[in-house]
Amino acid sequence: MNAVLEIADLRVEFPSRDLRGKSKLAVDGLNLRIQQGEVFGFLGPNGAGKTTTMNVLLGFVNPTSGSASIFGVDVRKPIARQRIGYLPELTYYYKFLNTEELLRFYAKIFKIPRAEREQRIADVLKLVELEGARKRLIKTYSKGMQQRVGLAQALINNPDLLILDEPTSGLDPLGRMKVREIIQRLKDQGKTVFFSSHELGEVETVCDRVAILHEGRLRVEGRVEALLQQYQCNLEQIFLKIIGYSAQPSS
Amino acid sequence: MNNVFALAGVVIKELYRRKDFYVLFVLTALLTLILGSANIFNDEQIVRYLKEICLLLIWVCSLVIAITTAARQIPAERESRTIFPLLAKPVTRAQLIGGKFVGCWLACGISLLLFYFFYGVIIGSREHALAFTPYFQAVWLHWICLGIVTAMVLLGSVVFTAPSSNATICFIVIIGLLFAGQYLNRIAAGIGGVEGAITYALYYFIPHLEFFDIRKIIVHNHAPVTALAVEGATLYGALYSVFLLALAWGIFRRKALTV
Repeated sequence: MNAVLEIADLRVEFPSRDLRGKSKLAVDGLNLRIQQGEVFGFLGPNGAGKTTTMNVLLGFVNPTSGSASIFGVDVRKPIARQRIGYLPELTYYYKFLNTEELLRFYAKIFKIPRAEREQRIADVLKLVELEGARKRLIKTYSKGMQQRVGLAQALINNPDLLILDEPTSGLDPLGRMKVREIIQRLKDQGKTVFFSSHELGEVETVCDRVAILHEGRLRVEGRVEALLQQYQCNLEQIFLKIIGYSAQPSS
Repeated sequence: MNNVFALAGVVIKELYRRKDFYVLFVLTALLTLILGSANIFNDEQIVRYLKEICLLLIWVCSLVIAITTAARQIPAERESRTIFPLLAKPVTRAQLIGGKFVGCWLACGISLLLFYFFYGVIIGSREHALAFTPYFQAVWLHWICLGIVTAMVLLGSVVFTAPSSNATICFIVIIGLLFAGQYLNRIAAGIGGVEGAITYALYYFIPHLEFFDIRKIIVHNHAPVTALAVEGATLYGALYSVFLLALAWGIFRRKALTV
């Protein structure tokens, strides 16, 4: 079976800003294969290398060594991004546009024909429940609404692979539930979802497989049920064990 | 080109939804109308001064619009993080630079048309005639000049992170080029030696924005510039803009974008 996303021996090193300083190793020898239709949780504490890995997948950062491909195409080629949707963490979209104009702009980039474009805009706005606010300027939106605009733009090209960077970050419980429902719906449609999150309960609910990264290295990878069975505890406790955190006894 | 025009469309929308352009236009219109209504020293040639002031205001306002619009494009994309969902789509960094340039340049062109239309109406009503050829040449060359300015500011925006510092530096450099650029060869001849050679090299390297300024011709109703000179200036402007954009792309493509 062909992998939708493949990372082989990925190493990303950032040079030091001062001449004598040591370079920072953000990702060290990462290997991952994600199959079609999987919902894959990419976990790790802050600074573990999750976002750097995503940045490589999206062509924002070049790897120091190793390779990454999406649908068999090297991520450094812009065409690799034709079938993906990306939701970054906390983005403030063009405040002088309304949602409809923003989505039309992104749809033009994907060269979606005009008739199909309008239908697609209507569909994604319905999915993220922003139909009523489509003509309102984005600057008037709440944080939750902005995050849903982000999700709408990530879905405008009906992507086969979704890369979501902390999609529920900063959302209230209702907003989180809605995002979870959308991910579940996408999974039911056979889409592949690769997402990072600190909400481990949520990851446990929606993910098929997870990988835990710590200090740039892959510590654990496997199916969620298999890990729960192996460690005999929930995902949060597994995560804490993997990163070497031991709870202090309360006095 | 599809992506370039999609990006340009967003830049143009931004210009007409922001207030700065309208403020500058109203300011120019007000100043010109007030000066135009005054009858200083009963001078019948007052219309010549009116032309000079109006054209100077148009040049200043167009530079302010071009510099401020171009300076904020890429830093604003980075600050609001919209650059990430944008470049996560099949958009290359060259297309991003190209789209921003086309958008800013077209936006400047739209503003220029409005400013010069106002100028045409005012001067036409005072002078009861308007020499069309030099008038259109002035608009065209002014627009080509703004192409170089926009490309230069975009180059600055990939080097300097803060739009305000970029805008200030570019404004000083452009004013310097407009007013002092043409005299560098004379200064070089006066200095001599190594410094003179460097100044000469600088004279040939810098973009000569004064080539595009034909205000004197329309103020004094001189004969229009030859078509060959206009074509030459257009080619010069286009080559300089492409060179500056290529330089901007060369720097920007190497930049790691980290969230």
